[in-house]
Amino acid sequence: MQALPPAFTDWFASKGWTVHPHQSEMLKRADDPALLLIAPTGGGKTLAGFLPTLVDLANLPHEGLHTLYISPLKALAADIKRNLTTPVTEMGLPVRIEDRTGDTPASRKKRQRADPPHILLTTPESLALLTSYEDAPRMFRGLKRVVVDEIHALAESKRGDQLMLALGRLQRLCPDLRRVGLSATVEDPQAIARMLAKHPDLCAVLLADPGPAPDITMLTTKEAPPWSGGNAAYSIPAVLEQIRAHNTTLVFHNTRAQAEIFFHNLWLANEEGLPIGIHHGSLDRQQRERVEAAMVRGELRAIVCTGSLDLGIDWGDVDLVIQIGAPKNVKRLVQRIGRANHRYNAPSKALLVPANRFEVVECVAALDAVREGALDGEPKGRGPRDVLCQHILITACAGPFDATALYVEVSTVGAYKDLSRAEFDACLDFCATGGYALRAYDQWQRLMQTADGLWQLRDPRSAQKIRMNIGTIQDTDTLKVRLQRSRGGKPLGEVEEGFAATLSPGDTFLIGGQIVRYEGLREMTVEVSRNAAKKPKVATFLGTKFATSTQLSARVVAMFQQETWPGLPAHTAAWLSLQREVSQLPRPGRLLIESFPHDGREQTAIYGFAGRNGQQTLGLLLTKRMEELGLNPLGFVATDYATLIWGLDRLTDPAPLFELDALREGLDTWLAGNAVMKRTFRASATIAGLIQRNTPQARKTGRQATFSSDILYDTLLKYDPDHLLLDITREEALRGLVDFGRIEEMAERVAGRIDHKILTRVSPLAAPMLLEMGRVPVKGAAEERLLAEEAARLMQTSGLAMLTPPPSDKPKWRVGY
Amino acid sequence: MNYHDFRFAGAALRALGSGALWWPDEDLLCVSDLHFGKSERVARRSGQHLPPYETRDTLLRLSADLEATRARRVICLGDSFDDLTAATSLTEEEQLWIATLQAGREWVWIEGNHDPGPQGFGGTHLAEFVTGPLTFRHIAAPHGTGEVSGHYHPKAHVQTRGRRVTRPAFLCDAQRLILPAYGTYTGGLRSYSDTLCRLMQPGALAILTGPVPTCVPMPRQEMTR
Repeated sequence: MQALPPAFTDWFASKGWTVHPHQSEMLKRADDPALLLIAPTGGGKTLAGFLPTLVDLANLPHEGLHTLYISPLKALAADIKRNLTTPVTEMGLPVRIEDRTGDTPASRKKRQRADPPHILLTTPESLALLTSYEDAPRMFRGLKRVVVDEIHALAESKRGDQLMLALGRLQRLCPDLRRVGLSATVEDPQAIARMLAKHPDLCAVLLADPGPAPDITMLTTKEAPPWSGGNAAYSIPAVLEQIRAHNTTLVFHNTRAQAEIFFHNLWLANEEGLPIGIHHGSLDRQQRERVEAAMVRGELRAIVCTGSLDLGIDWGDVDLVIQIGAPKNVKRLVQRIGRANHRYNAPSKALLVPANRFEVVECVAALDAVREGALDGEPKGRGPRDVLCQHILITACAGPFDATALYVEVSTVGAYKDLSRAEFDACLDFCATGGYALRAYDQWQRLMQTADGLWQLRDPRSAQKIRMNIGTIQDTDTLKVRLQRSRGGKPLGEVEEGFAATLSPGDTFLIGGQIVRYEGLREMTVEVSRNAAKKPKVATFLGTKFATSTQLSARVVAMFQQETWPGLPAHTAAWLSLQREVSQLPRPGRLLIESFPHDGREQTAIYGFAGRNGQQTLGLLLTKRMEELGLNPLGFVATDYATLIWGLDRLTDPAPLFELDALREGLDTWLAGNAVMKRTFRASATIAGLIQRNTPQARKTGRQATFSSDILYDTLLKYDPDHLLLDITREEALRGLVDFGRIEEMAERVAGRIDHKILTRVSPLAAPMLLEMGRVPVKGAAEERLLAEEAARLMQTSGLAMLTPPPSDKPKWRVGY
Repeated sequence: MNYHDFRFAGAALRALGSGALWWPDEDLLCVSDLHFGKSERVARRSGQHLPPYETRDTLLRLSADLEATRARRVICLGDSFDDLTAATSLTEEEQLWIATLQAGREWVWIEGNHDPGPQGFGGTHLAEFVTGPLTFRHIAAPHGTGEVSGHYHPKAHVQTRGRRVTRPAFLCDAQRLILPAYGTYTGGLRSYSDTLCRLMQPGALAILTGPVPTCVPMPRQEMTR
């Protein structure tokens, strides 16, 4: 244990601060091999993480890198640098602090490798890149501590797995390395601790005083929330009133599209011109930075934002957090509110604003859960092997390696402790030869074994390509949006390629809070003009979509069973009564299905309450069976509580569709050909290094430089069905996008008890789904039928049908030969 | 087998859903841009290990078309091999397979930019081939008429009710017919690209491949309704 040197006590005293108990505890346990601190934001958590480092550096001069700080966000690294530099400068400590992210200039990066600072602040991806250099052992020599900030956020994604593999490497280079994790409140601290520590080391968990319980309520408005929809426009006057009554308000949304619409409506109503900004991941970086800077200067009264503002950046004096839309997950709600409010020992104040009446129910259920302190979460699975493949390639970039030593090192990472040697060897073989049953690449192996048994890159030049593809974050293909005739001007932001493809000239959509008119596509840039239209066509660019947790879903169904709903606002209670009247409410232990015509299609809503991903999988499985039954399904959309399927023909008998054994038995074959598997394959194949990311250059030419990864998937499935990547894809899909566990849970809950309601029109409960984004097309017989119809129409309209093709010129076909 | 019948330069032709062109009167099957050996070339040049099964997949589809049409003459319209080295590095099984398909058939290899010389397989190697009203060459010539070519890997799209369908496609006007790429690992060039718009006359048609070959006016703009 180290005592706090006088320079520190003096400095704390000069600020009128006392050392928090958890800060001195961190100092006392500075020599623990691993230590996890769970503390609210604003409680001096970062300083607690760095205090042992600063004390150590103040007492003993240190050559080179002493402490590595990892955060999930680039912005956070920059922020911490600022916050840490203040005490270091004021105490006159001989400590050099630098950050290193994708935005750091190349010259500085180079110098950092030759002459590293005492404290380096970076991200998991930048760290992985650093470990890929041959001089990594020299750069990390003498490293004593690593601090992983917001570790609970990293724990939820493959970025965390990549980081822990990199820490395994650092630990081998520096056996005495101490690990510190900083986390917000989580439901299972031990799980995070096991992830942080070197396996099988123990890791103590320090719990800081969580501070007063948050003050969370649901916003009450004069106007009732709409029957459906997600934009919460009804709440604008009430939200404006709240913004007026507080210094700084953060208005969180679950998706970017919702944030855009809300911001637009807020401005239309903002007659006194309160300074309000918008911030989300689709906006251009310069725009985001401008908003961040204005926020830090205290010039904004409110920011409409998404998860891009979710992490613990210091936003100054935020005194109110408003969550628009149901929170989906109680833990995330608590973390979001706790983090945005940076005043220690003052209760966080938050308001929930349901966007529609279903969300009223969800919000009330979530508030109950918060009050009871019931956090939710799903256990994390074992370490993904696509990330391991990338780690093997990164290792090879740094120089020849011994397979057994690497296997031992990987086994010290908690998530990979159960990885068998055979599994490891399969990953190594994949990296070396592609791992195909047809041994086609013996001559062109990526990794070769040297005479002394070490593995190394066959062609050292391939290191550059591997480095360019480091990372586990999957970008969707996006296109920049610019104002027409301002080429070279600043882009307004980005939209998904798929969304751009649905636009016709004249269509309007929202971006950066303004309505623009689509003019055309030019060199893979969406060109738009300003437009004063009132009602835009919505941009569907992706925001993060979370699945409502099992616990929260169960609370909602339980609430449905009440005779009356005194805990709900009258409008929502009336809506549930109406549903009970025209159809029925979902019951525990039963499955409600509604069929009705709408929009010229036959629609079927299945209320499985299996979470968004589970309901999505259910959609895939059911449409596949409906295709086989000749019901011509065209597509489906999933929400957290239901799946809506539409098609050309009506479903009359749902029972045979829901036998769990049949669902499970056919899962593998059913999944094989579907879009979710292909999407998962693409992600895993990119991470594992089979395919390279699309470069913007390649897409610019309009020529597909590479053919689609779907072709690779189909080919592998046909000729090499046992290939490692298909195995990885299945594993990933089953626990991630597929979430079959929730379907099994549903099927067991329901056990064949189905209530099928055939209605003449959409029911109150089903209405919100008609407006949901993220529709999944079914490419079956219906597609051929639509194609034939449209082709006939086009030929007729263009007059070409009269001209060509003579002589017997109607398109014709027959099936089979 | 599904097909779309049409007439080009006086010849009655049939676009097959697989992307092959069948000329019944001449017993002639034409396929373009097979790109045999692509995965090997990619591995050799970039170290990327694509699933090495595209040659057998392409051969499997070609065998099916040959069997269905009982073609006596075959024209491979260039870029049959991803490069000349790829031609020699096919597996023995694949080489034998090609030889089996060639047996008893008149077989013409048109040279392409990827395979600009003989590659060691039987058959006739030509820069272009003329028969009846049609001229077969790899890349469309500036003033070609009755010309059948490949090279561009054209794709076309149709915006149906709420869904956009994009597939490899034949492009056809009064002068030219451009075939889609037949090989399994082949990307495509959109029909609305400047190159294809300049090449094809107004009134050109696109025949989308797939389970049901579908004929539409050639899309010349990215967005149609």
